[in-house]
Amino acid sequence: MNTSVNLAGVTLKNPVMTASGTFGSGAEYSEFVDLNKLGAVVTKGVANVPWPGNPTPRIAEVYGGMLNAIGLQNPGIDVFMNRDIPFLKQYDTKIIVNVCGKTTEDYCDVVEKLADTEVDLLEINISCPNVKEGGIAFGQNAKSIEAITKEVKKYAKQPIIMKLSPNVTDITEMAKAAEAGGADVLSLINTLTGMKIDVERQKFAIANKTGGLSGPAVKPVAVRMVYQVANAVNVPIIGMGGICNAEDALEFILAGATAVSVGTANFSNPCTTAEVVAGIEDYMRRHNVEDIKDLIGLVK
Amino acid sequence: MGEKIKETAVIISQEEISEDIYSMWIKTKASKTAKPGQFVALYCNDGSRMLPRPISICEIDKEKEALRLVYRVVGKGTDEFSKYHAGAEVDVMGPLGNGFPMERAEGKKALLIGGGIGVPPIVELAKQLKAEEKNIVAGYRNLLFLEEELKKNGSFYPATEDGSAGVKGTVIDAIKENNIDADVIFACGPTPMLRALKEYAEEKNIEAWISMEEKMACGIGACLACVCKTKEKDEHTNVNNARICKEGPVFNAEEVEL
Ligand SMILES: Cc1cc2nc3c(=O)[nH]c(=O)nc-3n(C[C@H](O)[C@H](O)[C@H](O)COP(=O)(O)OP(=O)(O)OC[C@H]3O[C@@H](n4cnc5c(N)ncnc54)[C@H](O)[C@@H]3O)c2cc1C
Ligand SMILES: Cc1cc2nc3c(=O)[nH]c(=O)nc-3n(C[C@H](O)[C@H](O)[C@H](O)COP(=O)(O)O)c2cc1C
Ligand code: FES
Repeated sequence: MNTSVNLAGVTLKNPVMTASGTFGSGAEYSEFVDLNKLGAVVTKGVANVPWPGNPTPRIAEVYGGMLNAIGLQNPGIDVFMNRDIPFLKQYDTKIIVNVCGKTTEDYCDVVEKLADTEVDLLEINISCPNVKEGGIAFGQNAKSIEAITKEVKKYAKQPIIMKLSPNVTDITEMAKAAEAGGADVLSLINTLTGMKIDVERQKFAIANKTGGLSGPAVKPVAVRMVYQVANAVNVPIIGMGGICNAEDALEFILAGATAVSVGTANFSNPCTTAEVVAGIEDYMRRHNVEDIKDLIGLVK
Repeated sequence: MGEKIKETAVIISQEEISEDIYSMWIKTKASKTAKPGQFVALYCNDGSRMLPRPISICEIDKEKEALRLVYRVVGKGTDEFSKYHAGAEVDVMGPLGNGFPMERAEGKKALLIGGGIGVPPIVELAKQLKAEEKNIVAGYRNLLFLEEELKKNGSFYPATEDGSAGVKGTVIDAIKENNIDADVIFACGPTPMLRALKEYAEEKNIEAWISMEEKMACGIGACLACVCKTKEKDEHTNVNNARICKEGPVFNAEEVEL
């Protein structure tokens, strides 16, 4: 049985990875999950300098999911490179670093610093809905997606994953723009902008007023978008949005994703990622699937 | 692998000990390493509620491998927990966070303060703390709970909002009226109480350790949902905030901003 998949020349032992921002840099979850079992660990967004993030409350639970407005708090690339990359290098898994910024120069700065590290892929977050200055501003306009992808590619030595926002009218337009800019891989979806009001207290549930919706509540939207994008571009896709078990993960793979990320579900069960890996293997045995690649985009 | 575990625990007993306040003993290996001031994350069986509920450890019974959790029903999750009967199962992760630094009380006059649903963690602390003097102040709306457990382990001074028991007013009023002096304070309670205590402790130059609260998602330090502002740059985050679930929930009052 072959569970390995290929992302722009990087071979992952299986298609299961973590979703950025839900797994830190892996250290905390390593008490519950053997990181060696994962296809890749995707780290929390990191910028060129430390960011303090948004005021609290930063999260709120909603039916079948949650809203978050962490605000991309991060320790800055220097601390990250000295502490988090060496930690992850101890494990037999691929390292994908999620990069955030306020300006194109910020992104390029981080990408350049990571060029000579042992990081396997870079994921460029142009889709965070919770930070005014950057992120989403790039991710909702096809022209700026193409432009920033081109810029980042100039500095990158690793393959580049562009992470797309679902908060757009036509996701395929954004996907094609990223591909035209030279993206090696696409990942989707980031969170959907949402809001919750605490009726008893007559206040917004999170300090930022709006937050990104994630978890099972977004899964059907995410599966639809992955399917559409898979049929619009030729680069591999990392699918995510509400994956809680192997069945959910397989839905994305059958829709056209080469790999999948588990995010919010880590919060309801810290062992989810490893359970998804085992569940996919079990499915392959039950359905006599020799190679997982035969499942990618099978449902047309 | 560390000492934290995630497992399905069995409920040993469940009872309503005061209005909307429940006491639940669960059998879990998390009891093995648990310390006063730490908490556990309880998961709902209803899958539409994804996030764990942080609940403080009220008592630890290492022999029976059990933890006592005392909680107030305030929403859907705690309502679900209150309906579990003995024998039912609940997913739990813990022990989480750092407990109270009990060594700070050795040979000193310790003042333990609980406010409202912040009273439960004070029980195990009062049981284990070794100090020259142990005074316990607990603030309630009106009905007292856990007072027997507290009386057994120190001098107990209640305060109630309506004056129905003890001093009428806040925990600060109770400290002043009973002339309680202290070398070190350990406290858990609502943010306004902690804010008042921080001020009181700074004024009187008393070392104070407070247990803080914030909405949590991961409960283990990975998501950065639960931060509080800190005076100094935090070593892990590299900015002026710290993770309550990981570096906390107990902080030196001097080091945090409320
Ligand atoms: C470290 C810590 C220890 C705690 N110990 C206790 C305890 O011993 N006994 C007790 O009764 N309560 C305790 N709480 C508060 C308890 O976590 C909340 O009352 C509980 O999560 C409410 O859940 P719910 O589903 O009933 O309410 P809902 O309002 O329906 O919950 C919605 C969401 O908000 C979160 N939430 C709501 N109120 C709080 C709060 N005050 N703090 C953190 N998250 C909250 C919930 O976890 C959930 O994710 C503690 C909180 C923290 C942070
Ligand atoms: C608390 C939290 C923090 C997140 N932080 C980031 C981030 O730093 N960078 C990023 O690209 N996406 C971030 N995301 C989005 C997730 O990586 C993922 O795209 C989204 O949550 C959908 O997947 P899920 O439903 O499995 O969580 C975050 C999501 C959550 C819930
Ligand atoms: S709840 Fe995730 S860091 Fe504290």
